[in-house]
Amino acid sequence: MKLLRDTSLIFQRQMQLLLRNPVWIFVGVFQPVMYLLLFAPLLKPALQVSSNAEAYEIFVPGLLVLLAIFGGLFQGFGLIAELRAGVIERSRVTPVSRLALLLGRSLRDVVSLIAQAVIITLLALVFDLRVFIGNLLLAYLMLALISLMTSALSYGVALAVKSEDALAPLMNTVAQPVLLLSGILLPLTFAPGWLQGIADWNPFSWAVDGTRALFRGDLGSPDVWQGLIIMAVLAAAAVAWAARMFARSVR
Amino acid sequence: MIETRGLRKSFTSRQGREKKTVEAVRGVDLDVAEGEIFGFLGPNGAGKTTTLRMLATLIEPDGGTATIAGADLRRDPAEVRRRIGYVAQGGSTWDDSTAREELVLQARLYGASKASAQARAASVLEGFQLIEYADRKCKTYSGGQRRRVDIALGIIHEPKVVFLDEPTTGLDPQSRAHMWEEIRRLRAEGMTVFITTHYLDEADALCDRISIMDNGEIVASGTPSSLKREISGDVVRVGLPVDAVAAAASALAAYKIESYDDSVRLYVEDGAVAIPQILRALDAAGVPLGTIELHRPSLDDVFLTKTGRSLRES
Repeated sequence: MKLLRDTSLIFQRQMQLLLRNPVWIFVGVFQPVMYLLLFAPLLKPALQVSSNAEAYEIFVPGLLVLLAIFGGLFQGFGLIAELRAGVIERSRVTPVSRLALLLGRSLRDVVSLIAQAVIITLLALVFDLRVFIGNLLLAYLMLALISLMTSALSYGVALAVKSEDALAPLMNTVAQPVLLLSGILLPLTFAPGWLQGIADWNPFSWAVDGTRALFRGDLGSPDVWQGLIIMAVLAAAAVAWAARMFARSVR
Repeated sequence: MIETRGLRKSFTSRQGREKKTVEAVRGVDLDVAEGEIFGFLGPNGAGKTTTLRMLATLIEPDGGTATIAGADLRRDPAEVRRRIGYVAQGGSTWDDSTAREELVLQARLYGASKASAQARAASVLEGFQLIEYADRKCKTYSGGQRRRVDIALGIIHEPKVVFLDEPTTGLDPQSRAHMWEEIRRLRAEGMTVFITTHYLDEADALCDRISIMDNGEIVASGTPSSLKREISGDVVRVGLPVDAVAAAASALAAYKIESYDDSVRLYVEDGAVAIPQILRALDAAGVPLGTIELHRPSLDDVFLTKTGRSLRES
């Protein structure tokens, strides 16, 4: 109960601060929309599919997963600013739950990601994308798990390195191969065998496959539950680790 | 209210391939009584902040024991947290929230209900004369106002002990005087206040008792006046015409005396008592008197006697 109460206190404060600077929603949506407008039209011929709708079915889920990964991984920057402002230390001398300090923040990140995802989905509907609402909600669950994991990871790393200068290259280095090996921009069905072999070890490629299956309307596909389970386990592990970083004494 | 024995902490840092261990705090014993303003005086890097952060549960000691407001620091840090407040040196507020929002949240993190958190925040804002600014964003505050918000945050839950790390560093003289008043008010409300400072005048004027720390160790403890009394009383400097120094020295031979070109210095128990006697002795010997000055020892002299260097220089 204390955990729930503390988490909601931290979450409310973080949401309040987020809504006070609504620029993020513009920034967060602008780039993906550019992808939708300027990149997606190349896909119909490139993927050799018959309609735009089919191309968006493949591309939009990838784009959303991309957003969840990157959005999460870069949340650590905000935490470093908070560390510098002394806000974290002030929280750490109170009896507040350490897990709540993390969860309150990560849940805000999940909410802002889902808000972006909804806007992008709505825009994609304009481009003839069609998806069942139930499947869409499951896809959002997948996105929520991804962003919970990546933001927790980013917070943990931020607490460990404590400087933007170290965090930025670190996150970029992680994100780039993850991106390339997950078939986010183009499905890995075209990939040579060795590349597929490596991609199988990238958990995000499972998440992308699962999300694509949901957008395709293929709820029964094993990709769906496999992706969800892998993401849930990794999210739990990331949260547990990052919460320990919050609890650990920092100099 | 606070009792520590042999509190220790060392940090290991890596410099290239070599590991370097720095003993930041090497066995600190403290006894702080209820309701006093206790000062931790020492140069930067003496280990004051590290000690404070250990007492505030932010870093774990390597060794030693501590009891704070009746709770054991090593065994029950969660209980210590409930009973203390801590105000860091560098501030503690979000730029974009208001003092009231910060105070309400802080009270709620300590478990207060929404209504009682709001009531506490209102009363603390009033106490710290922050009502006027309460609903403005923290980034618009002056240094002194922001510091007052920080301290208000530290005591919102009415702790028994509050730790203030260098509460007046960086403040202008007026805000500093104001801050001293606030700290005295906390004591008047029954709180035990533990501050660190590297200002001699602050330790002298504000603190009931102080410990002087240098190089991770406590080198002296006591009330400011008893510490000053410990070191050899007062110095009286008598300025003289150059040719009168020898005559003055012989007329004052009963005192511990040093002769200089145009003056003599006398080391006495109590300057206020000694000065009339010195004047009379010089008068009786017919020595023409130039000037007379009384130097009372400062906490800096205490630091100098204990460590061999001046606090102003370190």
